[in-house]
Amino acid sequence: MEKTKMKFTVEQMMTITTWAIILGAWYTVTKYEIVSKTLVPSPQRVFTSFIKIMKNGYGGDSIWIHLGASFQRLFTALGLAIVTAVPLGLLSGYYKKVRAIIDSVVEFYRPLPPLAYYTLLVLWLGIDNTSKVTMLYLAGFAPMYIACVSAVTKINQDYVLSAKTLGANQNQVFFKIVLPACLPEIFVGLRTAVGVEYTTLVAAEMVAATSGIGWLVLDASKFLKADVMFVGILIMGITGILIDVVLRLIENKLVFWKGHV
Amino acid sequence: MMSIFKGKEKVSDEKVEITEKTVKNGEVLIDIKDVELVYGTKSNPILALHDINLEIKKGEFICVLGPSGCGKSTLLKIIAGFHQATSGSCTMNGQPITGPDWHRGVVFQAPTLYPWMTIRENVEFGPRMRGLSEDEIEKVRLHFLEQVNLKGFGNKSTFELSGGMKQRAALARVLSNYPEVILMDEPFGALDALTRDNMQGLIRDIWKKNNSTVFLITHDIEEALSLGTRVIVMSKRPGTILREFNLDFTNRIYEGKNDRIKYTDEYLNLKDEMLEIINSQHVE
Repeated sequence: MEKTKMKFTVEQMMTITTWAIILGAWYTVTKYEIVSKTLVPSPQRVFTSFIKIMKNGYGGDSIWIHLGASFQRLFTALGLAIVTAVPLGLLSGYYKKVRAIIDSVVEFYRPLPPLAYYTLLVLWLGIDNTSKVTMLYLAGFAPMYIACVSAVTKINQDYVLSAKTLGANQNQVFFKIVLPACLPEIFVGLRTAVGVEYTTLVAAEMVAATSGIGWLVLDASKFLKADVMFVGILIMGITGILIDVVLRLIENKLVFWKGHV
Repeated sequence: MMSIFKGKEKVSDEKVEITEKTVKNGEVLIDIKDVELVYGTKSNPILALHDINLEIKKGEFICVLGPSGCGKSTLLKIIAGFHQATSGSCTMNGQPITGPDWHRGVVFQAPTLYPWMTIRENVEFGPRMRGLSEDEIEKVRLHFLEQVNLKGFGNKSTFELSGGMKQRAALARVLSNYPEVILMDEPFGALDALTRDNMQGLIRDIWKKNNSTVFLITHDIEEALSLGTRVIVMSKRPGTILREFNLDFTNRIYEGKNDRIKYTDEYLNLKDEMLEIINSQHVE
């Protein structure tokens, strides 16, 4: 008994309590029908819908097809953003002239809500995946690029100098010293990019799509299936957390020396 | 030691060439002539070094002593090739120094070990970058990890080591390139007194055993007296060389295996003299 008690810190207990209160309030509100059942479904109903959707899917497709459609867009865009933003960001950090070309463009479009230019992209590229992936790519590029530029400018110059005094040439300095030294910040950029892309993705699927987890929620709202909307939102939240957990695991593995620079 | 030396010769042509033209003890290795360094903006130039003339001879242990901000680190950076002198010349074996180079190893005040590499990878970094063979790399690594008393720590991460151990690893990393001169910028400044004492003994032993040339910057008079064969006292900005002392304490400590010499009149008088020179700088 003693041992299990010690497993939770005060802070963890507070987090658990918070969630217990939220769930309790949800249950109470629906139990005594304080608000319309159609608008706020009971936890039990959401749970049965969840099981049903996991089993039978939604709109003729299984839930995995919806998730897969969303993830395919997300990770295609993310992959493109990584292979372009990381080298360009590092180059920008290295060479002021490269920065002069790229920086102002990134700074201009970065604060724009992606949905603002999404409408344009849909006009140009159609309602299919291309427009979505392009928008997600643009949304993810900026934070990753900025993280890389800042990483290079903050690098400990003595690292570079000592590598040179040990006989490393320019290439070796870049791949053995600069790149690993920038990894912690690149990961910060990556996680920010994933967060931005994920929220944008769901919004994009709500504007124009025929599949995906965002589309599921929008479609359910058309038929006033609040329970399905709840399920969709829950799935989004959980997958969002899962993606971040996976990224953190990779980060801890790859940047095991983080904080020891 | 001998086997490593043999291995070294067959490794790369460049190294053989260096070995051939390596200067004998007492011959000039690095020649600094009329060096002046100005930094800052054109409208607000700051003279950091003025009229520096110094010859670093093979086998010497030079300690540069001076108040903080006197430009002694700047002088080291010029020799290392990190900075270019505004005027004057700095040559090594007759060749102008134009940039950093593995013949001049640098030990920084804060060890710049790479945390993403293990201790052994750090020590192997120089030889590996220079493309030596795996055999040679291993030999060098084993030898120098042992020399700095870090045998068995090769697979540790840099951040698992104490401050003194880190600085020893940084030293091994520099030594593994067999540099012609080792430049050290207050290498023991951040260590506690006991560790510092041990490190001073270690660096003296290594200098003696490897017959290296060392250029060490310090603000600690005792350190300069007990390590240097020559102590150079610099003035505050603009840094100039005020006095040079030729000393023998370090050899005597090495041979006698103790530092009782630190209590002789000769030592204490010299210490006083140096203190006076440095203190006279502060009063104005």
